[in-house]
Parts: sequence; C-alpha cells; structure tokens
Amino acid sequence: MHGAAILDELRARFGGAVLETHDHRGDHTAVVDREAARDVLAFCRDSRTLAFEVLMDLTAVDYSKFPGREDGPRFEVVYHLYSIVHNHRLRVKVRLDEDHPVVATAVPLWLIANWFEREVWDMFGIRFDGHPDPRRLLMYEEFVGHPLRKDYPINRRQPLIGPAH
Amino acid sequence: MGVGSFFTSKLDEAIGWARKYSIFQYPFVTACCGMEYMATACSHYDVDRFGAGLPRFSPRQADVLFVVGTISHKMAPVLKRIYDQMTEPKWVVAFGVCTCTGGFYDNYATVQGIDTIIPVDVYIPGCPPRPESVLDGLMKLQDKIAAQVQRY
Repeated sequence: MHGAAILDELRARFGGAVLETHDHRGDHTAVVDREAARDVLAFCRDSRTLAFEVLMDLTAVDYSKFPGREDGPRFEVVYHLYSIVHNHRLRVKVRLDEDHPVVATAVPLWLIANWFEREVWDMFGIRFDGHPDPRRLLMYEEFVGHPLRKDYPINRRQPLIGPAH
Repeated sequence: MGVGSFFTSKLDEAIGWARKYSIFQYPFVTACCGMEYMATACSHYDVDRFGAGLPRFSPRQADVLFVVGTISHKMAPVLKRIYDQMTEPKWVVAFGVCTCTGGFYDNYATVQGIDTIIPVDVYIPGCPPRPESVLDGLMKLQDKIAAQVQRY
C-alpha cells in the first residue's frame, strides 16, 4: 500500500484526530491527537490493509530549543511502524505539552514498546499511562532528572557520582 | 662455595623483583581501548616479555586490574566490586583517557576518572593509547612494584 493511501485511510477513519500529515521523499508521517493515539495505533496494527505488525522504534524529541518551535508543544513522541506482509512503513507522531507529558502506553499492542517507553521515560520524563513496569531503563534509580531534555545541563554531576568538578 | 655461586640482596628487593615479572592481569574491558589492549597483548608487542602474558579472568587470581575503556555510572559499582574481590597486593592501571579523566565524555553517563571510585597506580593516557604507551606504563608499574616496601 502506498504511503499516501495509508494517510488517506487514517484521515477517513479518524478525521480531525489526524492533526497533520506530510511526506518527505517517501517517508509518510501522521501527527495525531494525544487522546486518539491509542486507537490510531491499534487500528494501524489490526487493520487488514495496514497490518503494521512491527513497532520498529519508539522515541521522543524535545523541541524546546528547536528554531521556530520554541513556543509550540514541547515534546513529540515518535512511533515508527513497519508491515512485513505489505512491506510498507508509517511514522506516527504525538505532540505533548510540557506541563502534561503523558500518552497512553503501546505495550498491549507491541510488547517491544515496554523497553522503548521505559527509555523515553528515563531520558525525557514522558509518562506512558498504563505501562506495566514504569522504571528507568538506562540510568540508575537514584538519578535525578531526565538527561536528554534540552534544559538538562550537559555536565551536571549527580549525587552518587564522586567529587564535582 | 665458589665465586659466583651465590649473591646477596635485600628481602624487599628479592620479592619486588619476583613480583614485577609475574603480573597476572585482570582485563576489565568495556570499550574501544580493548582493541589496543589486544594488540599489545598479542605476539607483535608481546607483553609476555614483561611477565604479564597471562590474563586471569577471575579477580581472585589477579594482581593488576587493567581498566580498559569508558566506565559509566551504572558500571561503577561493578568495577568497585571487582576491585574489592582482588586479593592484596594489588595494583590498578587506568588505560586510556576515559578511565583517567572521563575523556571527552563530559556528560551524564560517564564516570569522570576511575580514581573517583578506586585508587589508581598508573595512568596511561591516549585515545586509545598506542601499544608503546601501554608498554611504557607497564614498565612504570614494574618499577613501582619492584620499589614497594613490604610490611612484615
């Protein structure tokens, strides 16, 4: 299925919940509303024509210091989907405000989302509602803050770590 | 006894001489410096010339801890534990800038020098250090071992 047709199908089914779509050199992206994200992803996986069985990647971006987007929603959670049977791909984005960075978990849809979402929580402080094991993945438990946020000082020393420089 | 059939020494020097040529190292390899460590350990540079040819993969059988590569904060407790498991006498070599100071990883994940966790005897800078630097560091460590005064 061609990428433009995938976007058409999403727009036809979810209407206004698909906030924005674009494609860049064959990479098709749908920006969806936070409330609808769970349903959109479930549809992407279960629809016979889309059949995205694989969650290739789940990550996030902090746009707080991105030129031209400093005032918009701070975070974007990015899902990369791939269908083995149809050999097509889709990127789904969900925009989140700084004061309420929460989105529904994708673990019931794809088990691999478990560690992806733990990493995003660890690095960006974005919570995934309904996650079965919401612990940090890479940093240790005593770590304070979320190091991939743009306002995290690059050389901040943590309490457990030897003398400060 | 005839001439040349005996020699005199101090006990400290005899022990130091024996120890400096029987270095059993524990390679704690975490990153790219490991390649340079392997190059040094193989036949071309041949650390066996210095009596350091047999790495032990149990800390309980080793006397020199080679910390080779970047140490992250999550790895730090493991390194400390390995060090604690080694029996006395023991020495530590910081291999490469990451172990010496953190190197260019001035960030949230990396220990800024392993001497914030465990004592270090010899620092070998370089990213990674050339085998010649490693051998130089090894010889400095040998001097240090040989000069060590025993407590009886």
